[in-house]
Amino acid sequence: MEKIPILRMGKFLLVTIQVDMHDRLALRLQEDLTERIVAVRARGVLMDISSLEVVDSFIGRMISNIAAMASVLDAQTVVVGMQPAVAITLVELGLSLEGVRTALNVERGMALLNELVAAELR
Amino acid sequence: MPSAAGQTVRTVLVKYEKEVLAEWIRLQLAATTLRGDLMKENELREQSRDLLSLLRPALESGRFESLESSDWTQVKEFLAGVSRTRGQQGFAPTETATFVLSLKQPIFDRLRNEIKDAQALADELWVATVVLDRLALFTTEQFLKTRETVIQSQQRELLELSTPVVELWESILALPLIGTLDSERTQVVMESLLQKIVETGAAIAIIDITGVPTVDTLVAQHLLKTVAAARLMGADCIISGIRPQIAQTIVHLGVDLSEVTTKASLADAFMIAMRRVQAKLPTGT
Repeated sequence: MEKIPILRMGKFLLVTIQVDMHDRLALRLQEDLTERIVAVRARGVLMDISSLEVVDSFIGRMISNIAAMASVLDAQTVVVGMQPAVAITLVELGLSLEGVRTALNVERGMALLNELVAAELR
Repeated sequence: MPSAAGQTVRTVLVKYEKEVLAEWIRLQLAATTLRGDLMKENELREQSRDLLSLLRPALESGRFESLESSDWTQVKEFLAGVSRTRGQQGFAPTETATFVLSLKQPIFDRLRNEIKDAQALADELWVATVVLDRLALFTTEQFLKTRETVIQSQQRELLELSTPVVELWESILALPLIGTLDSERTQVVMESLLQKIVETGAAIAIIDITGVPTVDTLVAQHLLKTVAAARLMGADCIISGIRPQIAQTIVHLGVDLSEVTTKASLADAFMIAMRRVQAKLPTGT
């Protein structure tokens, strides 16, 4: 069964969604990610959705759910690389992903995560 | 309708073509709807003659029930051309329709002379009226279509003109909005802003609403949508150019802008944007 790879990068986990998201895949990702966060005691999750071109309300909710779950497990989530069309769709669906941090690309997202974690340690 | 009906209309047109044409033109020239300022007399004469000569073969086909049959194609094409040019020349719809309707009087006069039986006269008049009315309606329709295309193309141009996204500084975009925001425009604005954010990798977008005349709940909602979409892409938005009256309206309407950074002037917004960009990029720009 296909799954979305979760890469570890120091204190952070890197998730790159490069296939069309369907509901089962999304649920699997949710499960895998929460397990990995606990297993490696990750402080942050960087989710790159730059290849994601189609979203529906389920996927939109899944993204905010993952962020909420990660935050319960004391990890910050940053979503990066959202396409304009996806952003417009989510806004039109009424899902503005409150509480999810966003950045334009992976580089900025990494910087933001570092910043957030550093602020927590202070 | 059997081809017997309309027989006299045909004969009249064949027999008295010159007279009908002359009287028709005389009537048109005398009418108050004549627009000598927009159209030369020669052009009118030419159009009238052309229409009459096209009308004859079409009438000979004997089909008056509808203009759908192929016999009327030429007449329709000609009228469409006439109403198109008149629409562009600036004629009113009434003036354009009168072109066809004024043909009634000369034809009716001839029919009255030709037919003595009241019943038959009524039948013939009916046929002529139906045909001419249909043609006039067709002309008006074409006229409105022409107007519509003009309006649509203008609207499109306006949309393209009115949504520039400018780069003020590295990572700072400005979107000066001018005119009322409706849903269609918001869509265009949103798309071009987000596209530009991707292209330039901007971190901050300043939406300047100095040129937006009024802000109601709908406009505010559209603004908030744009801000939310930009945020999803990872860019912050600052709304600037809020005039005192607009600040009052926003509060009276109960629109919640507390999630968005707002500034009174574009200069203030630019200053805070510069500060933020520098804070995010310690290497300096």
